[in-house]
Amino acid sequence: MPIVISVENISKAYRLGQIGTGTLASDMQVWWAKLRGKPNPLLKIGQQDYGNRSGETIWALKDINFKVEQGEVLGIIGRNGAGKSTLLKILSRVTAPTSGLIHVKGRIASLLEVGTGFHPDLTGRENVYLNGAILGMTKQEVTKKLDEIVAFSEIEQFLDTPVKRYSSGMYVRLAFAVAAHLDPEILVVDEVLAVGDTEFQNKCLGKMSEVAGEGRTVLFVSHNLRAVQNLCERSILLTRGKVSEDGKTYDVITKYLSSVLEKTTILLRERSDRTGNGCFRFTELEFKSKNTNVIRCGEEVKIIIGYDAFKNLKNVNITIVFFDSIKARVLYLGNQVSGNLFDELPEKRKVICSFKRFPLLPGRYILNLYCKVNGIVADWVQEAATIDVGDGDYFGSGELPPGGFGSVVVDQKWEISDGG
Amino acid sequence: MSIDDKQWDLTIRPQRKLLALPLAELWQYRDLTSMFVRRDFVSVYKQTILGPLWYLIQPLLTTITFTVIFGNIAKLPTDGLPQFLFYMSGTVIWTYFSTCLIKTADTFIGNANLFGKVYFPRLAVPVSILISNLISFAIQFAFFLLFMAYFAWRGSALHPNAWIFFTPVLLLIMAGLGLGFGILISSLTTKYRDLRFLVQFGITLLMYATPVIYPVSSIPAKYQTLIWLNPMTSIIETFRYAFLGAGTANWLQLAYSFVFMLAIVAVGAIVFNRVEATFMDTV
Repeated sequence: MPIVISVENISKAYRLGQIGTGTLASDMQVWWAKLRGKPNPLLKIGQQDYGNRSGETIWALKDINFKVEQGEVLGIIGRNGAGKSTLLKILSRVTAPTSGLIHVKGRIASLLEVGTGFHPDLTGRENVYLNGAILGMTKQEVTKKLDEIVAFSEIEQFLDTPVKRYSSGMYVRLAFAVAAHLDPEILVVDEVLAVGDTEFQNKCLGKMSEVAGEGRTVLFVSHNLRAVQNLCERSILLTRGKVSEDGKTYDVITKYLSSVLEKTTILLRERSDRTGNGCFRFTELEFKSKNTNVIRCGEEVKIIIGYDAFKNLKNVNITIVFFDSIKARVLYLGNQVSGNLFDELPEKRKVICSFKRFPLLPGRYILNLYCKVNGIVADWVQEAATIDVGDGDYFGSGELPPGGFGSVVVDQKWEISDGG
Repeated sequence: MSIDDKQWDLTIRPQRKLLALPLAELWQYRDLTSMFVRRDFVSVYKQTILGPLWYLIQPLLTTITFTVIFGNIAKLPTDGLPQFLFYMSGTVIWTYFSTCLIKTADTFIGNANLFGKVYFPRLAVPVSILISNLISFAIQFAFFLLFMAYFAWRGSALHPNAWIFFTPVLLLIMAGLGLGFGILISSLTTKYRDLRFLVQFGITLLMYATPVIYPVSSIPAKYQTLIWLNPMTSIIETFRYAFLGAGTANWLQLAYSFVFMLAIVAVGAIVFNRVEATFMDTV
């Protein structure tokens, strides 16, 4: 397959600190001095010269190289601040790189947000045309697809109502419908899919795989590892502005998960945003996986909780609650509900919650820690940690439920009954 | 596989050429420009009772105010023209220039959200502003012609002449001036927000340095050179001469305004191009 995107030595620098000296006059002074080859007149002795800027340069991207073939669906993953968004902005031509070149073959469209440029006072129909034009469609193309777009968005009867009277769901549906009917040869997609409810996300993901199936090239940036796993054959991992891994998605995600979990112990001693009377305090949290340092669905996992207690405590109830990315509670773990009562908890020990087979499906989860002593809240740490769970083999069947259908798996048995 | 530059449709590079107006691309995105024009035009008076009538009320009230204050109270001369027509001609012309400038000056800051999410030739925004204002100018201009006809019928001595055919050129120069200054200021405001405030009252001050409410002939001779340095002076004077028959129409002055316009568009385009590439990082 021919190469349609070629990224060559792309770097992007951002200046830290304030830009500009504050006034036009002093900027002029600096510029005038520079023009005559004189040093910066506003500089204090011993200060390094950053021109008319204060602060240093930080490289958000440094020498990025990769190629994408036609029809390929490439996932781009990485931690927050790894440079994903910057790369996306450069590919979408929202901002220019500091150095390097990108060659593109074919029409490229980027989707960093749904509903870009929607005007609240205009009607749904007018906004479809406006948004379509902003995304690079001609009026003719929009007219040709208008029926499809309207059908997809399910808002026929409100088409001539100003969008400011729409519910947020209708708004997002219409916005996505326009984007979904864009016909570029290359599509660059950000985590627009993170908005909306699960059903909507699934619709988006379905549309994405449809687009990919038509042989078009897709660059997909996401935190949703499961979506990346399902959509992309190949992925690249960005780490601190560099491509640290490029290959099969499964391998890249494994690498990513293990790099995320390098610091397996999450320290909580310094957290001040906690409530409770303090007779018990969470100090650290560790996830231990049996085989690798990746938490995988279905694997043997131990959650080790460190704590400070001022004396031996009686009647202790410890709880861990997991939330998914849209803040829905998905799993409740507690020593009391599971019947493992701690009538007496010694001062200096650790509490372990273990699983033969970890039940969370692949994805990103946030967890809260909660402890009650004698029925009174002793410590409550919200959003104590974020964990990424990787693909695994819970049932030993090599399969997991498809994405979007719940967050946990449970043991189950299926058999054919003879009617009794 | 050989990587030959010709086989690519698009190359993203750090800096574009100094003075590259992406006119071909702008043409490719003409539907977008027309959508912007429509948006600007339609959305402004949505949910108003009088709707597009506001396009007529604005110049009418301004003209009446000027006639009362500058004509009747301050008794400024009007080159022997009916005061109402004199002020209206000035207002209609000046409104086009000033709204073009004020609105294009807000291109980057006002559209930061949009520019941050998707690419299209940024120039589509200022160009659409020029066009949508041209529509409102046309409405106001027709309104002005109506009043002209009324005054002529009432027996006022008006002498429209062949300079009338020069009106498109006047509009072109004004649009260019508005665009040039507008995109220059807009580019600079990404760094210096101060300019935003300056534009607001600067344009009002500039109006007093332009013969909108007084004719050039009423200025003492020693200051006349100064007022002719203002590129808008010849536009307004020529317009008045063409339609009403009083004022000054001078090829040399117009040529000066034209060259001034070309220069400011060039400077604006250079700065705009530089800022456009990376303004998202500073805005």
